[in-house]
Amino acid sequence: MNMRFASLRSFTLAALTAATMLAGTGTSFAQDAHATPKPPRESWTFAGPFGHFDRAQVQRGFQVFREVCSSCHAAHLFAFRNLAQKGGPEFSEAQAKTVAESFKVQDGPNDAGDMFERPGRLSDRWPSPFPNEQAARASNGGAYPPDFSVLAKARTYEVGFPGFLFDIVRQYQEQGPDYIHALLNGYKDPPEGFKVPEGGHYNEFFPGHSIKMPPPLSADQVTYTDGSPQTVEQYSRDVAAFMMWLAEPHLEERKRIGFMSMIFLIVFAGLLYFTKKKIWRNVEH
Amino acid sequence: MSGHATFEPKNPALKWFESRLPLVGLIHSSFIAYPTPRNLNYWWTFGGILSLMLVCQILSGVVLVMHYTPHVTLAFDSVEHIMRDVSYGWLIRYIHANGASMFFIAVYIHMFRGLYYGSYKAPREVLWILGVIIYLLMMATGFMGYVLPWGQMSFWGATVITNLFSAFPVVGPTIVEWLWGGFAVDNPTLNRFFSLHYLLPFMIAGVVVLHIWALHIAGQNNPTGVEPKTPKDTVPFTPYATIKDAFGMVCFLIFFAWFVFYIPNYLGHADNYIPANPLVTPAHIVPEWYYLPFYAMLRSVPDKLGGVLTMFSAIIVLFFVPWLDTSKVRSAAYRPLYRQFFWIWVAACIGLGWLGSKPAEGGYVIAGRVLTVYYFVHFLIILPLLGLFEKPKQVPASITEAVLAKGKTAASPATTA
Repeated sequence: MNMRFASLRSFTLAALTAATMLAGTGTSFAQDAHATPKPPRESWTFAGPFGHFDRAQVQRGFQVFREVCSSCHAAHLFAFRNLAQKGGPEFSEAQAKTVAESFKVQDGPNDAGDMFERPGRLSDRWPSPFPNEQAARASNGGAYPPDFSVLAKARTYEVGFPGFLFDIVRQYQEQGPDYIHALLNGYKDPPEGFKVPEGGHYNEFFPGHSIKMPPPLSADQVTYTDGSPQTVEQYSRDVAAFMMWLAEPHLEERKRIGFMSMIFLIVFAGLLYFTKKKIWRNVEH
Repeated sequence: MSGHATFEPKNPALKWFESRLPLVGLIHSSFIAYPTPRNLNYWWTFGGILSLMLVCQILSGVVLVMHYTPHVTLAFDSVEHIMRDVSYGWLIRYIHANGASMFFIAVYIHMFRGLYYGSYKAPREVLWILGVIIYLLMMATGFMGYVLPWGQMSFWGATVITNLFSAFPVVGPTIVEWLWGGFAVDNPTLNRFFSLHYLLPFMIAGVVVLHIWALHIAGQNNPTGVEPKTPKDTVPFTPYATIKDAFGMVCFLIFFAWFVFYIPNYLGHADNYIPANPLVTPAHIVPEWYYLPFYAMLRSVPDKLGGVLTMFSAIIVLFFVPWLDTSKVRSAAYRPLYRQFFWIWVAACIGLGWLGSKPAEGGYVIAGRVLTVYYFVHFLIILPLLGLFEKPKQVPASITEAVLAKGKTAASPATTA
């Protein structure tokens, strides 16, 4: 505990210094951190005012997650029942049940006070691949594979001026999936002179360019049953869509209610405007 | 308060009640008969919009508290529980999170309007000061609210801001430990911030009552800055101001809904979807957008205590604006020089806001220093001197005269609806 307080304090101090100290005489703007290219903006079915998830795509993305990502990445907020929920992959309840039952889940204690294992139920959460963070780090070269639950909303990149203002009008909220898609396709040979640290992999879109995760996807790694191309490009696109749904499971409902609210508010504003005109018609103002 | 009509109940039951507690009469004189200048433009609807936002934040907040758990190990997931499992929880939370930003957008417009039209001048000094107090309370409430989801920005924002108090000599470290409830930002900090985040909005509501009371004593300012002189200069609050405010509010709600339904995470920071981790510092610790101008000032001063004092002074100076502005003329519409300086100052504030979101290095720091100095020069030098040297335009004799003159020539700027 003492150790924790000590390190907390020194980090606190570091943050404080960083936040309040001046760069003083430095004249150059940061170069290293800004050298990461912006992820290209992809076209997503869930973008825009009428955005919705492509069921087949989210189902394929789930398959990629299940067969590839979930061997290292947890998703502790992801419940099996979500698979059958409206607005997502929309598997049938029977299918979701089958997925749940393919896992052994620890439950208990029972009447004898013992923990026991049983097949998963719809109400269970997706079992994590590692029992704790330390175990996850130990198996992944010291890096902690981030939890997928809200990851698609936890990743972004700087849009810059004036683009960030146009994004209000364009309703751009897909930084996360764009970044994830770009990252999964961003593994390259390092440029001349760039030394990738031990255990790292060069990635164009990862801040600092050295990522511990080895290229996770390769062509024909996951067998699609619907005839979609079995390429890294397609896998990454599908899994990014799945992650967006996982992070924002009520996205469709939100945009649908949003449209209805907008219509209501605009009509209401119109009525109020003409009422106001009528009330004020004899008063110059 | 003199109104266009006074409230005389006909109903015997109401008569009985009114003679014991004149509540309906108070509402009638405050929101129905209350005389408002006939020339108010749409910038004056933001008072009503702010009241609406306060109610909206309190109602959505009360519902959120029913599902939120203020504990470092549970807070993040309880917010996600609201987003995923609570019926329309996503809607309530997005309304509350974006509502805070909308509240600040409205308050900034409201304050800029007051500064443009000289609404802080006698006899409205107390009204203005109460407004600055509300603004301060809003800043504290917004800050503590941002800490509650216990994401990375929550934690590190709380760390940076609470650490500011350590800059004060002697008592600084003690104050910080007292704020934290320990030796670092941890569960006790979260618990007290949660408690205060629930308390402060009701204090805001209390000061809002005083603010409206003071408003109804002095009466509203108006775009000409000339006080109403005859009953012809005013119209009763209902239906005239009521319908105009209602229209303004619904237009504002359209803007609000755009954010809630289509870009709900635009105003937040992605890092706050990463659970708080005391061992990992984010690359850039950025406060919410509405603190950015002050954050830029804080970082413009090479000394920690100096930075903190500069930042607080930037708000404190607002309390003295009624006395720093020496001009006899209220409205910028009749102050050609002040009008220009006002917009330069607005541009400086926006510039500081942009700089606050940038890393504190190189050219950004130099620009930040220039704008910080200008911010204070505006209040401490330009405002007092302008009143002495500026030649104001001819102020109309009355509101009615101004309105009729405009109706005839239609030449004056489009400040009216």
